[in-house]
Amino acid sequence: MRRGEPLDFIAYIRDHPEQFRELLLEHVRLVGFSVLIAILIAIPLAVLTTRLAWFERPMTWIANVGQTVPSLAILGLTLPLLGIGFRPALFALTIKAVLPIFLNTVIGIRGVDRAIVDAARGMGTSDRQLLWFVELPLASPVMFAGIQTATVQNIGLATLAAYIGGGGFGDWILQGLAMVNPPILLAGAVPVAVLAMSTEMILRGVRRVIVPAGLTVT
Amino acid sequence: MFYLFEQPERVFELTLEHIRLVGISVLAATLIGVPVGILCTRIRWLESPILNLSGILYTIPSLAFFAILIPYTGLGASTATIALTLYSLLAIIRNTIAGIDDVPRATLDAARGMGMTGRQRLFLVELPLAIPVIFAGIRVATMAAIGIAVIAAVIGAGGLGRLIFDGLRTLDADQVLAGAIMATVLALVGDWALKRLGDALRRDAGAAAEGR
Amino acid sequence: MSPLWAGVSLITLEHVSKNFDSPSGSVRAVEDVSFEVDAGALHVLIGPSGSGKTTTMRMINRLETISEGTITINGRDVRDLDVVELRRAIGYVIQQGGLFPHFTVADNVAVVPRLLGWPRARRRQRAEELLALVGLPPKQFADRFPRQLSGGQQQRVGVARALAADPPIILMDEPFGAVDPITRKQLQRELRRIQAEVQKTIVFVTHDIGEAFLLGDRIVLMAEGRIVQNGTPADLLRNPASPFVTEFIGEDRSLRALQHTYLAELAGSRPDGVPDDVPILAGTLSIPQAGQELARHDRSNREGFLVSDVSGRPSGYLTYQQLATVLGESIAPAETMTSAEAAPDPEAAHVLPV
Ligand SMILES: Nc1ncnc2c1ncn2[C@@H]1O[C@H](COP(=O)(O)OP(=O)(O)O)[C@@H](O)[C@H]1O
Ligand SMILES: [Mg+2]
Repeated sequence: MRRGEPLDFIAYIRDHPEQFRELLLEHVRLVGFSVLIAILIAIPLAVLTTRLAWFERPMTWIANVGQTVPSLAILGLTLPLLGIGFRPALFALTIKAVLPIFLNTVIGIRGVDRAIVDAARGMGTSDRQLLWFVELPLASPVMFAGIQTATVQNIGLATLAAYIGGGGFGDWILQGLAMVNPPILLAGAVPVAVLAMSTEMILRGVRRVIVPAGLTVT
Repeated sequence: MFYLFEQPERVFELTLEHIRLVGISVLAATLIGVPVGILCTRIRWLESPILNLSGILYTIPSLAFFAILIPYTGLGASTATIALTLYSLLAIIRNTIAGIDDVPRATLDAARGMGMTGRQRLFLVELPLAIPVIFAGIRVATMAAIGIAVIAAVIGAGGLGRLIFDGLRTLDADQVLAGAIMATVLALVGDWALKRLGDALRRDAGAAAEGR
Repeated sequence: MSPLWAGVSLITLEHVSKNFDSPSGSVRAVEDVSFEVDAGALHVLIGPSGSGKTTTMRMINRLETISEGTITINGRDVRDLDVVELRRAIGYVIQQGGLFPHFTVADNVAVVPRLLGWPRARRRQRAEELLALVGLPPKQFADRFPRQLSGGQQQRVGVARALAADPPIILMDEPFGAVDPITRKQLQRELRRIQAEVQKTIVFVTHDIGEAFLLGDRIVLMAEGRIVQNGTPADLLRNPASPFVTEFIGEDRSLRALQHTYLAELAGSRPDGVPDDVPILAGTLSIPQAGQELARHDRSNREGFLVSDVSGRPSGYLTYQQLATVLGESIAPAETMTSAEAAPDPEAAHVLPV
């Protein structure tokens, strides 16, 4: 494989700025929407799960098994169901993002010290006040870790989404593989890697900042 | 679904290929990761840079990782093995450190008091007690590797991903489904088997601890 | 004061029982318990671990449902009241403090006022008032977080929090159980001071007999879900209902702590009008010896006993109430109990990279 030096990928990106922007946008959109939708589904579902005793076991079981299913298999299973394009890709990514956010929210709420919940109830909090004043704030660091996980993971999964026509940087990677062209391959791969790593770092920083005051020793 | 029954030999062959790819990578990661983890518990300042580095490697999407390696190591199973090994390192190093750090101080003091050398403490006390935790890391690494190995088919590493990628290319939903189902089954069975093995190890470690 | 029951706040339990249904069958945690808590009195529930104290208490603010019997407050069945309103009108303090780690100390104290919709300035003022009352200077403590306090300070905040909306009733479940013995004694004395000031109706759960003697206007001794004896501290010493009571009071550390304290040191001079037929004990007896000696006498309907001096003259006198107070002051608190809560794992859901 020697068609052009690998580091020529920078030149390739410079020569195709519009396409680069478009792929970046597609990529970010796919990740952003999927995580956002996943948050809207996963958190209420998790709250419900912690409220209904009989619901908890089956739900966490499903989520844990879901975590075990290889990502590509989820994308693969979407194809026969929904065909190709942005929506099927969004669907697969959303499913994959729901799992860690759901699990972490359940774990976060369950992890709230029983004594604190007991004290709150004893003081006469309504169910809703218990959730908003006590459980969600105390679970928020763990919940945020789940969102972080989902986001970084979906940056990778969005790369694969190119296989079912989802767009994003995966397009260039596939093209580079098909044409056996290292510069194009890397023009897709390096930005994705940088995007994933920087997102991870940024969210780590954000996590440190948004932890409710009092939960860290100051 | 029918593909499974029409081409059982091919499916079986690809499954074996998959297991081999995962097995070799995790084995390599264990052979590297456990000593590196031990080193981190001996030379403390190494721990944070090494964990950070492997943590960052872990966030790189696998397709991108493969793509970045290809210009240097070419297409095929060896590139996939390198990437899978690097991915697996994080969980194994982290758990090796945690497992050794978890050994109770009193146990170590007793060992020191009996006149064990550093090497004897490591092999007779720390590692045996850390094995359940290290194994838990190996399990996490294996599960990740099974999933990533599916993707490795795209760079010609073989395995069950072949079915999915071939199916996607030819729009053969049946083949995609066969690959997806087999990969899922392999992951679930693997998870279950490793969990069992881990429980057995923990029981042994517990029995050994009591027998002392 | 809570509109729910202004004025007197008498709590009555009538034939109250509690079953817990578990997969392995039903557990009878409380069996036919009846007692009254007078307005303004501190009632101690004491007994061995698992004897049903906590469950009994939690039925009052309906954290547990009542299986059988009736609990009323000022004549109103607690089941007829809105559960949230009921709880806001009753202060609640638990062993581990249960402070909200993400609220400042002042905000923790003002939780119930906040639930009740008080304006911010009034909440703040109230919080500062109460922090001062429990011995935490507001300037120094109001804006800290619970993590920045010692265990004893956290318990003080817990007490202040229970008092915040000025509820006439307060339930306390081993509130000082998790702090070290010295701090514990100090907190007990302060609670007595605060109670003298605020005059709440308090139900106080403990398994520490010294604490019960020191704080209780009355003590309800429970075992295996039933009441063994209900009386004043002096009653329990003077007139134990069964050997279990004597054993529970005299058990291990409690009297041993007093084996170098002698009756002569404690006795006051003999007041006029003490009948001659009360027991006479030698002043040289230590407190534990005195306990054994007293067990041989009929102590019913007697307030106290005579103590003889070196020449054998019964010139001293000691009431059971005085003896109880001495016991309460000097008995070393039970072992500190801690709760080991497993911290949630922030990385709990591990990812597979893709
Ligand atoms: N939620 C519960 N479910 C089942 N059994 C319980 C529950 N809470 C308490 N019990 C049982 O009820 C009995 C009394 O418990 P508790 O009131 O907590 O005792 P105490 O406070 O005196 O230590 C114990 O046997 C305990 O195991
Ligand atoms: Mg209790």
